[in-house]
Amino acid sequence: MNQAFRIVDGGLVNRDKKLSFKFNGKSYFGYEGDTLASALLANGVHLVGRSFKYHRPRGFFGAGVDEPYAIVQLYRNGETEPNIKATEQELFEGLEAKSVNCWPSVNFDIGAINNFLKIFLPAGFYYKTFMWPKSFWYRIYEPFIRKAAGLGVASTKHDNERYEHKYEYCDLLIAGSGPSGLSSAYAAAKNGARVILAEDKPRFGGSLLTSDVNIGNQSGKDWAEGIIAELKTMPNVVVKNRSQIFGYYDHNMLVMSEKVSDHLPKTKKYHPNKRLWYIRAKEVLISSGSIERPIVFGNNDTPGVMLSSAAKEYLKVYGVLVGKKPLVFTNNDSGYETAIEFKKHGVDPIVLDSRKNPKSEIIDEAKNLGINIKNSYVVVAAQGYKKVKSADIASISDDKKQLGKIESINCDCICVSGFWTPTIHLASQSGNKTKFKEEIDAFVPGQSKQNEITLGAANGVFSLEETLKTSFAAGSKLSKKITKNDKDIAIPNVVEKKSSQHDKFWCVPLPKGKNYKRFLDFQNDVAVSDVEIALREGYRSIEHVKRYTTLGMATDQGKTSNLNGLQLVSEIENKVVPAVGHTTFRPPYTPVSIGAIVGREVGKHSKPTRKSPMHSWHEKNNAVFVDAGVWLRPRYYKMGNETLFEASKREAKNVRTNVGVCDVTTLGKIDVKGPDAAEFLNRVYTNAWLKLPVGKARYGVMLREDGIVMDDGTTTRISENHYHMTTTTAQAANVLSHLEYYLQLVWPDLNVNVVSTTEQWAGAAIAGPKSRDLLKKLFPNFDLSNDGLPFMGYMEADLFGVKARIFRISFSGELAYEVNVESDYGNFMWEKIMEGGEEFNIQPYGTEALSTLRIEMGHVAGSELDGRTIPYDNALEGLVSKKKDFIGKRSLQRSAFISEDRQRIVGVVPLDKKTSIPEGSHLVKDAKAPLPNPKLGHISASCWSVEYDNPFSLAILKNGKNMIGEKLFAMSPLKNKVIPVEIVSSHYVDPKGERVRS
Amino acid sequence: MLYINCPHCGMRSQNEFSYGGDASVKRPELNKEVSDQEWDDFVYNRKSLRGKHLELWQHISGCRQWIKVERDTSTHEIFRTFKADEEVA
Repeated sequence: MNQAFRIVDGGLVNRDKKLSFKFNGKSYFGYEGDTLASALLANGVHLVGRSFKYHRPRGFFGAGVDEPYAIVQLYRNGETEPNIKATEQELFEGLEAKSVNCWPSVNFDIGAINNFLKIFLPAGFYYKTFMWPKSFWYRIYEPFIRKAAGLGVASTKHDNERYEHKYEYCDLLIAGSGPSGLSSAYAAAKNGARVILAEDKPRFGGSLLTSDVNIGNQSGKDWAEGIIAELKTMPNVVVKNRSQIFGYYDHNMLVMSEKVSDHLPKTKKYHPNKRLWYIRAKEVLISSGSIERPIVFGNNDTPGVMLSSAAKEYLKVYGVLVGKKPLVFTNNDSGYETAIEFKKHGVDPIVLDSRKNPKSEIIDEAKNLGINIKNSYVVVAAQGYKKVKSADIASISDDKKQLGKIESINCDCICVSGFWTPTIHLASQSGNKTKFKEEIDAFVPGQSKQNEITLGAANGVFSLEETLKTSFAAGSKLSKKITKNDKDIAIPNVVEKKSSQHDKFWCVPLPKGKNYKRFLDFQNDVAVSDVEIALREGYRSIEHVKRYTTLGMATDQGKTSNLNGLQLVSEIENKVVPAVGHTTFRPPYTPVSIGAIVGREVGKHSKPTRKSPMHSWHEKNNAVFVDAGVWLRPRYYKMGNETLFEASKREAKNVRTNVGVCDVTTLGKIDVKGPDAAEFLNRVYTNAWLKLPVGKARYGVMLREDGIVMDDGTTTRISENHYHMTTTTAQAANVLSHLEYYLQLVWPDLNVNVVSTTEQWAGAAIAGPKSRDLLKKLFPNFDLSNDGLPFMGYMEADLFGVKARIFRISFSGELAYEVNVESDYGNFMWEKIMEGGEEFNIQPYGTEALSTLRIEMGHVAGSELDGRTIPYDNALEGLVSKKKDFIGKRSLQRSAFISEDRQRIVGVVPLDKKTSIPEGSHLVKDAKAPLPNPKLGHISASCWSVEYDNPFSLAILKNGKNMIGEKLFAMSPLKNKVIPVEIVSSHYVDPKGERVRS
Repeated sequence: MLYINCPHCGMRSQNEFSYGGDASVKRPELNKEVSDQEWDDFVYNRKSLRGKHLELWQHISGCRQWIKVERDTSTHEIFRTFKADEEVA
């Protein structure tokens, strides 16, 4: 294509670099520095999509973040991204994009039938229609809405791009690089403040790029370039383009999304695609400018109808004419500026001004150029389906209620200006209560809430001179507060044309007998009539009107529609706009890609991975790992083609008959030291601790204050004032915080210190009838007889020269020991154990066998200590001291906790001795009882008993104490199983505990 | 994200801390007879205050100290912070 709408020269694009791109499969050319939007317009392409609800043809409306229409599916380097605004996407060689929300094509879209059915799609359509019959919801309505909803299509592939997060601090954060942003940044930087200046567009300068002004005897654009060049040389300043500050959070934390690579065909090596900046600023200057708002008229969504400021930007920045027969429809002087630009490039515009007799320098200039101006004239409706072909225009009475005779004039675009809306989103997000400013018919920030001030157009100040004055002053004042420097920065003189008062007029009345759609929200297809219906149906709060009609709820968040919506509600309700109020602005100001929010915390980086010192040994020996919190633990060691079930059975059986070794490094370990350590443990655990001798371990249970078991484990008295506490893997961090809480806040008088030593020790549990024989080999010089190291004994020994701790404790219920060495010797210890154990047929065992061993012994673990059980429920009431007080003791007197039929742990065996019972199954009396079938308990853990070679489970059962011998049913609706079972003692194997003491 | 002045370490971001609830709650002394009501007030009953609130935070990824923070629950403004053993006037 030939770029027929590109002017001969002018604009800021690089005409020496031609770029090819594809839109909807067709090839075009543009220039470096174009956006996808400007390049399409240069080629005369106006039809880019279909609207959300009615599938009406849609073109371009804006030239930046405010764009409601031109949302495309982008293809870049083999990836695809939905919901990209063509007005923001910079052109690169080979770019490919497609229209969304249309099928089979943007030119012929079957969904457009909705446009003719629109009478059946009023506001609240979904709420009204998809209510009944209920059974239709899943089968018919929901899939239909899913198909109809949404704009682009998310990729289902793994995203290979990288996204980074950055944390930054500064004295001043400045949002927006227009005249106020540049001035305040310059003044502050000159006074030594650390400044970050962020601009969402690729080019700095904001409105100075398109306005016809003079600052310090240079054009506005040249002045901006000079300031930016100087700021970039200063070490205390960071200037960032393509960076949108999208959220203002508590305590002056702002978040900015920097598009690092989106403008390139491919992300450079070692570069991220996007970078998310978390910036903690001492002071924030919001200079986010303003967005032009439309005037509402019939068919105002036709492609070719666009904001007058956008038309000017396409011309001045990109050298592109949005039309060759432009009609400018305005209620203020901004429309004239656009008309003048057209005229200067040899195109004759017609200006319709709703005002009767406005006078200003700008209007005089337009008149002097011979521009055709019609006062008290409005556009009644745009005509043309896929592109504006003509406009119905009419004169309008002074009270703006009566239209004159309708005339038709030819035009190929309608540039509309309904004055300016300050961009107050960031100020509002900071908690600032905005106020309505009558002179500009818009909201501006009120009293500062955090350390933020708003300057320039964002604050409703549209005079350049005043903007520069206040912004230089603000930059100096804020930097002085921080750096104490007070350098006087000269404010350059400004030449700008004075403008006249705008007209409050915002919506053209419908002519008699016509029923044109007049759109308020262009992306969600919300028309004047929809809001009228909502109000007729009784919606009053603007927040409700918004949700019912979806006004302002699209991805553009109503940047061009909110204020007109408020005007409409205020008119119908006969209230002033501030009484209607506006909906709350929430972050993000513009859509942020999920990838940027997630950053690098994806996949295995989403949490840390902790490995024991013996990890590489496990890997070499075919361990299959399981996540245990953030730890990786061997679940089983695979031999040949073994399944998990076969391997765990083999490993557990070997512990019961020979000897096994399990990596228990992950257990939480806490050193408790100090003269009051015994007293502290006595208060933390339910059982007695004051008389535990040095060299002995004790099993303890700790409660929360509400009486629920928090954790269990053994604690060993290493020396007089030194205890070694172990916790479960999962609760290690919580237990440490819990202990610190009591030591620091509740009993600060206790002289005790706690510190985590989990990572300092590598642990191996050696269990089985032959474990003592093995230990004797490993520690030949120590007395490991039953008298030398009895059950719950502790000994310090050395393992071939390495200092080791031996605890005679058992989780498996067998004769067992736990050996600890310093972490660096973990692998050494493990290899020695395996070597020495060979003659005793030692095998390593994983967590699955570990579970089997503890379940059939009736030892409780996390699945029983699930935050809902008390000591009694776990058959641990023998460990609850009656004599002393401890954390949570008083709660154990609660009536439910002492009731006769209190739940209690039991064993469960299927009657057929074959069917494994799924964990989580419910225990019921009668499998055929009507629903809801009363639940008596639940299966907490299941295993295959290697001792008896049949399935065995633990359960927490109501009145468990008196249920031994009962026949019940285990029901698992999830697995569709009903299993007749018998309740037995939870101590299925070695109920007297003789083995551990042998 | 809140910016909390740890009395031991200085200004730190909220993500270094974990929240610990109402700081005005006093645990009944050990071995003391307490009524059901007293105990329930200690374990369960909390006011959901709007406005100034004295609360506990632990500087869990820092010095691990429990601190007291006086914060407005509706605006998130933090007025003062205290060490665990500091008296709140």
